[in-house]
Amino acid sequence: MKDDNLLVSLFVVFAPLSLMAIGGGSSILGELQHSVVDGRHWLTNKAFLDMFAISRVAPGPGTLIVTLMGWHLAGWAGAIVATIAIFAPSSLLVVVIAHFWHSRPNAAWQGAMVYGLAPLAAGLVLSSAITLLSNARGGWVAWSVAVGIGVAARKVKLGPLTLMIIGSFAFCGLLMAAG
Amino acid sequence: MLRKDAHVATDASAPPPSLLDLGLAFTKLGITSIGGGVNGMMHTEFVTNRGWFTDRQFLSGLALAQSLPGVNVANLALWLGYQLRGSVGALVALGAVVLPPAFAILLIGNLVLRLSADPVIGALLAGLAVAATGLSLSVGYLAMRYACIDVVSAILFGCTLIGVTAFHFSALAVVAALAPIGVAYGFLRTRH
Repeated sequence: MKDDNLLVSLFVVFAPLSLMAIGGGSSILGELQHSVVDGRHWLTNKAFLDMFAISRVAPGPGTLIVTLMGWHLAGWAGAIVATIAIFAPSSLLVVVIAHFWHSRPNAAWQGAMVYGLAPLAAGLVLSSAITLLSNARGGWVAWSVAVGIGVAARKVKLGPLTLMIIGSFAFCGLLMAAG
Repeated sequence: MLRKDAHVATDASAPPPSLLDLGLAFTKLGITSIGGGVNGMMHTEFVTNRGWFTDRQFLSGLALAQSLPGVNVANLALWLGYQLRGSVGALVALGAVVLPPAFAILLIGNLVLRLSADPVIGALLAGLAVAATGLSLSVGYLAMRYACIDVVSAILFGCTLIGVTAFHFSALAVVAALAPIGVAYGFLRTRH
């Protein structure tokens, strides 16, 4: 019975995040970390950040971090429940809106959605990145590498995977240099 | 319903693809996308190569996929799948971008997590997480420049960032409070 409760808890924690992911999966990372590390104590901070790193270099959307968490906590059932919880609510909403969109295309309505939600998305993505960095290993080293990679992403024509690998080596090098 | 929806994308140059074609195309994108940037790949694949959508159809779908809640790639797949083959198309496209990578992350994740106790691998993973956060900073910065087009949108952005980061308000509460204000103001704005 304890397992059933865990599956229910997984759903209860992840499903609201689905509807909160305005601007994409990156905007919920801060809240996700807060819920699973501080709130439920399901994972240590290190385990969370390890899974985050894996989700970014593995194929597919980074939000599949919840699939890995679900697996880690409750095996196959956990992976399935976590994946459904994070994708189903927002997907239903998108399909419902797609349906109404076709019966009544309306550019003003679309413009209003984008206008009103885009600033929230930007705020959530940035605050998630800041939350993750405050909890990351390495203190100032983490901040400087993150800002360096962020700037490099805008200035240099390198793929995200290449940038992450360069950043990871830079991080390790600076950590060793800093002792 | 399916037959009616299948005719939605009439101004694109190609006839609607079969569910199998649709599933395979999205599977390929889901499994080859690493570290983001899949939206650009989808554009190349569906507009340029296959001609399933016009530029305008694709871009309006992209704008909505990014502003509605949910994972951007999944939302875009749902939207494009729906345009091509109705609800079933949406479900197939979603499954195709989510399921194969879900198996991949379990495989890779379980292997790597077992090795993460090793100090070197642990440090490399921590470095990857930090660098990935740097990419998020860059995306967030771009999103901010794009979103803050007047005083009201800048205030909405500022309240979200400061409310969640400095005051530790729940992001859900912030979205619930600010999203209706933002969208309502967006409506009023277009009326004038």
